[in-house]
Amino acid sequence: MEQAHPQKGKETVIRVENLEMGYGDTLVLRDVSFEIPKGEVFVIMGRSGCGKSTLLKHVIGLYRPRSGRILYRGTDVWGVSEEERRTLMQQIGVSYQQGALLSSQTLAENVAIPLREYTAFSREEIREITEMKLALVGLRGMGEAMPSELSGGMRKRAALARAMAMDPDVLFFDEPTAGLDPVTAARLDELILEVSQALGTTVVMVTHELDSIFGVGTDSIFLDGETKTIRGRGRPSRLLEDTEDPAVRRFLTRGERI
Amino acid sequence: MVRVMAEPHPEVNCLERDPGVLEVDLSGTFRMTDGNVPMCEDGAVGGVRKIIFRDRGIQSWDTVLLAVLLRILRGREGAQVDLTELPEGVRTLHRLATREVGRKDVSVAPSTLGFPTRVGIRVLSLVEGVRDFVGFTGAWVVSVGRLIRGRARFRREDVWEQVRRCGPDALGIVTLVSLLVGAILAFVGAVQLRMFGAEIFVADLVGLGMVMEMGALMTGVILAGRSGAAFAAQLGTMRVNEEVDALQTMGIPPSDYLVMPRMVALSCMTPLLVMYANAAGIVGGSLVGVFLLEVPPRVYFDQTFSLMTPWHVWQGVIKGTSFGIWVALAGCFLGMRSGRSASAVGRAATSAVVSGIVGIVVIDAMWTWLFMVME
Repeated sequence: MEQAHPQKGKETVIRVENLEMGYGDTLVLRDVSFEIPKGEVFVIMGRSGCGKSTLLKHVIGLYRPRSGRILYRGTDVWGVSEEERRTLMQQIGVSYQQGALLSSQTLAENVAIPLREYTAFSREEIREITEMKLALVGLRGMGEAMPSELSGGMRKRAALARAMAMDPDVLFFDEPTAGLDPVTAARLDELILEVSQALGTTVVMVTHELDSIFGVGTDSIFLDGETKTIRGRGRPSRLLEDTEDPAVRRFLTRGERI
Repeated sequence: MVRVMAEPHPEVNCLERDPGVLEVDLSGTFRMTDGNVPMCEDGAVGGVRKIIFRDRGIQSWDTVLLAVLLRILRGREGAQVDLTELPEGVRTLHRLATREVGRKDVSVAPSTLGFPTRVGIRVLSLVEGVRDFVGFTGAWVVSVGRLIRGRARFRREDVWEQVRRCGPDALGIVTLVSLLVGAILAFVGAVQLRMFGAEIFVADLVGLGMVMEMGALMTGVILAGRSGAAFAAQLGTMRVNEEVDALQTMGIPPSDYLVMPRMVALSCMTPLLVMYANAAGIVGGSLVGVFLLEVPPRVYFDQTFSLMTPWHVWQGVIKGTSFGIWVALAGCFLGMRSGRSASAVGRAATSAVVSGIVGIVVIDAMWTWLFMVME
């Protein structure tokens, strides 16, 4: 039985095996293998241009890898039909870097999109649920606002509300706190943590913000743009203590000389 | 995802054991995938001062459980709420969903405003739009002044790029449309003129019709659809990406750098396109004349040019050039004034085409009247 609470006996939600990805002739990353246990806040970190967002877009099924497999609870994302993949994708929620809210729709309508598409809720119930989701992210009563009327921080929170509209198993974030002030960023991190812990959601976060990495990350991989693969793995704070790799150390200490 | 079959149904039972104390028993699964928010029948219970939620065997839950909670609590804001028996996650979510939000700057949606207010807002925005347009045109005229003095700041490559897009790239569609319009004029004329045995005058009808009116009009409409929309979409997207702001902070007037190349390109290309459309239209008419009405080609073309004077051709070119300037002006203006979202850019492109075509017809009417007065 699936529980909403985080579980102790960690089952693997996502497994990535020997992934190789690139655009055209350019190789972005190779030999990428890792697994994400349920309930973790898994951070994909690395310097700008190392392929973090590319990896994320492969894991969420937007791009097809050159080789390798991505498994959601044992199901190969690219080994099933288009239809089955769509069903699989309903169990994940993604919050994009710029929010990616549909600009022609109000916040409530944005959050309601997956609910209208995939659930049998009545109109009134959908209204109630969208209101509740917006309240959860601190945007109560803002349902009628258009995305263009929001500040950057509010837009990110609205994007979070939409990503978790369906209570997904896994929530993905692409640079959730990029471009926000430290206070707003910390609050957003805290919100992501609170909501995901309450619901037992696994969080996968692409970021290079050290505050987020150390503040919320319970597990991580470090991607390196030069060797084009994973160069570090583990809880960020532990990684900083244990690693011998100068590239990882430099990144985690903000370029301090060692 | 693996789901256990036959999950127990969610159950919500509300009981008022003591007066004013509502006890809510929750059991079963509360899942999004079930597609409903279960509810108890407690309509009769009023004046509740305390609500106790009890976990009577909640199997699994997600935010649907929170929705149940919020529904029961709605309208009972004053009551004391006891959630101690519920899972910790539910308590966290309840706290998050009911916390006070600091800022309440909710904008009022236009639909909630009264009719007079909406009319007022529309009129004011129209007035503002007209004022902006006058300002924009003024800035453009100043830019033209700078251009004449050789001080305008824009890239020559941009002008050539725009010239290519507005001119040569449009030749295909201009050819097709003009040939067909010429042929249609000939058809329509032939039906009437045949009754008088005057088929030969089809040549004059097509010739004068194309050079005085249709060549310019069709070119203008094509440019409004092709170039006007493209200008609005390009400049609108540049505004979304803050490229326009960047130019401004670098001290480069966007009216020089972005608007000028497009204005210059379109105003230079339109007269040429109009002349080309005229020729294509006359050829289209001649096909009907020669093959359908069996007028010898030589005779047809002699007749075409027998009445036509350079002034007739000039009328079309003058009209066409003014259409080009209008289309470029409207496209650039609406692009530069576009909002910063995908739908706003779409609206800007649409209104560039609409105002382009409406403007063309109005300007056409004015020129036609003016030319008539002059003769």
